[in-house]
Amino acid sequence: MSESIQPDVTVDSRGATCPGPLMDLIGKVKKLEPGTVVELLTTDSSSSHDVPEWVDKAGHETLDVVEHEDEGYWSVFIETTK
Amino acid sequence: MTERIVIVGGGTGGTVLTNRLTDELAHEIDAGDVEVTLVNDTPEQTYKPAFLYVAFGKKTMHEARRPLSDLVDLRHANLLVDRVTGIDTESKHLTLAKDDGGLDYDHLVLAMGANLDPDEVPGLKEGGHHFYGPNGAEKLRDALAGFTEGHVVLSVIGVPHMCPAAPVEFVLMADAWFRERGIRDQVEITYTYPIMRAHGIQSIADWATELFDERDINLETFFNAEEIDPEANVVKTMEGTELDYDLLVAIPPHTGSELVSDAGLGDDGWVEVDKNTLEAKNADDVYAIGDVADLPTSKAGSVAHYAAGTVAARLASRVRGLVPTETYDGKTICFIESGMDEATFVEFGYGDEPVVREPSQLLHWSKLAYNESYWLTARGLI
Repeated sequence: MSESIQPDVTVDSRGATCPGPLMDLIGKVKKLEPGTVVELLTTDSSSSHDVPEWVDKAGHETLDVVEHEDEGYWSVFIETTK
Repeated sequence: MTERIVIVGGGTGGTVLTNRLTDELAHEIDAGDVEVTLVNDTPEQTYKPAFLYVAFGKKTMHEARRPLSDLVDLRHANLLVDRVTGIDTESKHLTLAKDDGGLDYDHLVLAMGANLDPDEVPGLKEGGHHFYGPNGAEKLRDALAGFTEGHVVLSVIGVPHMCPAAPVEFVLMADAWFRERGIRDQVEITYTYPIMRAHGIQSIADWATELFDERDINLETFFNAEEIDPEANVVKTMEGTELDYDLLVAIPPHTGSELVSDAGLGDDGWVEVDKNTLEAKNADDVYAIGDVADLPTSKAGSVAHYAAGTVAARLASRVRGLVPTETYDGKTICFIESGMDEATFVEFGYGDEPVVREPSQLLHWSKLAYNESYWLTARGLI
């Protein structure tokens, strides 16, 4: 599925430890219009779980979480709903 | 040829660095081989950790300020009170607000700290207090002094922010302070944090959560304030929740410096640096220390202090034509008040999970003693 997702915005938080990636995403989402697709790049494994938890809590939608095993990072795709 | 080292920012990082350099390079400075200039937009330094105590009437702003001319060695360093308005890393030139000629450098260290940006959240300036600046701390002191009943909400809005332990300290101190005044049963206290736990560092979050539970302090997580209604006294969040308050104490959003983004040194105003050498990634001969540096650790005074030591050693090697070997390992030390007469402390480096020690009165006294002796740190002595 993820190969077909074309993000409107990419947040590159690779190298940042928790809660950096989530805070980077929250800061970005604050400024986006509904219906924006965001790809969060993170090397922090816990963020691949914590970010979808916040996305759900905030009423947005997690589209996919993709692990790039060879490169050692995750892509978390979300879509803003409000 | 004289090697010109320019340091922008006279906070903890800037003054420690100036003093370490003038101490280490006194011989070269006397010989005219090196020149050290500290630029700051005010003639004095303010010790920011004092703000927390000002809010509870335990310190005054007068105690928290010292003239920079008392803190740096003016026999070996130039002190320039001016505001830097532009950084050109190609021509190695700074433009200044007052001096039309500006300032050239061979080595530049940025240590301008962080800025508050309360306008990012509508209603925050009108509806919220804070203790992250001198005026805010004094206003909060007055508000707390007159507060006898109702709901105190401490909301961490801005992350990253200066002194990451201070919000936890504030509610634990407020709890003890209201108990001392005999009105704790008339005051509800709530602490909110943007992510899924009470603090960015797991062990501090675990420790704080247990204490909050013991002391009847409410905890709200995944709480990102996006609007304050100062008329209705309500915090509205990105998550769709609302929280009523009688006294809102917010940690305002922080920003880096426009100088940094304008100079191409970091998109968000924080200087992108190598976390070990503190060298800017996007320009030669530029370093950043303290809060303005985009480091994967806390924006704390101890980080500025230790990073300044690293940059001083690296610059001393550079001007002597040696290969710099000193590196910064992320060393961070924070005292954390856990009431009005007890405290703990944590120490950690990059990637470490700190151990939170059992709070004690001795550590509380140690924190107060350090607050008094801080000016020796600024002078580069401890």
